[in-house]
Amino acid sequence: MSTSGRACIAGIGQTEYTRWGRIDRSEFQLACEATMAAAADAGLPVEELDGFTSFSGDRSEAALLQTALGIPRLRYAAMVWGGGGGGSCGAVDQAVAAVESGLANYVIAFRSLAQGQSPRFGRHRDGRLHGSFTAPFGMLAPAAMTAPTVRRHMHLYGTSSEHMAEVAMVCRDNASRNPNAVMRDRPLTREAYHQARMIADPFRLNDCCLETDGACAVLVTTIERARDLRRAPVRILASSHGSGPGWGSGALGSHNMPVDVYASVNSRTLGPELFARAGLKTSDIDVAQIYDNFTGLVIMALEDYGFCPIGEGGPFVASGAIRWPDGDLPINTAGGNLSEAYVHGLNHVVEGVRQLRGESTSQVEGARTCFVCGGLGVAPTSAVILARD
Amino acid sequence: MDEMAFWEHCAARRLMFQRCGECGLHRHPPIPICPACRSNRIAWSEAPAEGEVFSYTVVHHPSHPAMAACVPYNVAIVAFPSLDNVRLISNVVDVPPEQMAVGMKVRLHWEGPVDGIWLPRFRRSEA
Repeated sequence: MSTSGRACIAGIGQTEYTRWGRIDRSEFQLACEATMAAAADAGLPVEELDGFTSFSGDRSEAALLQTALGIPRLRYAAMVWGGGGGGSCGAVDQAVAAVESGLANYVIAFRSLAQGQSPRFGRHRDGRLHGSFTAPFGMLAPAAMTAPTVRRHMHLYGTSSEHMAEVAMVCRDNASRNPNAVMRDRPLTREAYHQARMIADPFRLNDCCLETDGACAVLVTTIERARDLRRAPVRILASSHGSGPGWGSGALGSHNMPVDVYASVNSRTLGPELFARAGLKTSDIDVAQIYDNFTGLVIMALEDYGFCPIGEGGPFVASGAIRWPDGDLPINTAGGNLSEAYVHGLNHVVEGVRQLRGESTSQVEGARTCFVCGGLGVAPTSAVILARD
Repeated sequence: MDEMAFWEHCAARRLMFQRCGECGLHRHPPIPICPACRSNRIAWSEAPAEGEVFSYTVVHHPSHPAMAACVPYNVAIVAFPSLDNVRLISNVVDVPPEQMAVGMKVRLHWEGPVDGIWLPRFRRSEA
């Protein structure tokens, strides 16, 4: 949890992104490559790195990275609890806490996910949270687990598949301009969206994020230290991770989160606190990277984080607000988890930095602020607000 | 371990939800402490025979090979308003995908035993 804005992102790095099973190096090697790329981008010798943070049980442990990269002194190694991408911005949050408190100087927040080499993410395995209350009834994968929250939203507010199609098409369109996006050559028409096969009603194929191989990393340090580095720092105005009450039994559990926030992404308290700490209003945000595990959850996230009133997420996206370049709030400008790659949303943080450097392939003219949020409907969730000076 | 009593009740074909022995709040899944008053006294309430579909999905993609022969099937979130709106993930076994609807009244229907386990499922209530 950051309030001072003393922390910044001084470097970004990533590997190539591919469809799952198509990358020829180990998941651990990808983590090393993304880390080295972030240090190189910042112009910092790798041996100066002294901390690592990640989330979702990343298998590339900090001490293994330290060993492989020849780092003499590790001062910080932290992992955000919880599954999926809920902790993506939480890993950044942990890094902020480390550098602002002085526990470490240069912390890498990373995610490496080669889905072709590991148990397929989202596939049912014994031991899932509250598994005996989900698996016997066929509630086996995140699409099915989160679909009822969107179905409830449709029931309450009239949200429709047309609204979800808009999110899918916006992400795909942005990916078409990003040479690193997995779906760069796969345009999506409205007709093709509706004709695609159903996965878990109301989610069709293109409502669901990709499954990919790849890794990315951001280098977090203080503004003071970043002044000696190569790139202009991108300031972290505020960062946060957390959960509302009862979401341990939420969409990925038994669906017994509080009834008044059932059709939400579990970020209705996190959002206002984050903006208050940043000293900004949602209308101050120039561009946003909204975690997109499923299109319907993007619509609910826009409500939870305050970009539109509760229940109006569908009309908000239908208005063209999230489209690049003319919408009031272009989102997922690299293509997102839906169409760039599924690096559990840490790729959204990397894209946020590119926007504030003026280097996005779907650049928002003059962007000074970027909102980024992590995984939706899980617990904890997380978000950051980035800015350039 | 906290979940065992729930399934033992099911084995006797009784759908029982945990209730705080101190303040009476219902909760699910079973947990050792009441989130409202922090009491560790546990009681149980039997669910009414009828619940309502709070929300649902219809699964078309078998995310595990064992489910390939089962799709499409619905997964229903069944709510019991008289028990503090406690919700149970289950299935409505006699309703085709296109007729599933939020608010549908459903009646408890036991299926089993499979390996000694009885599953609480539901049928659409008569109008």
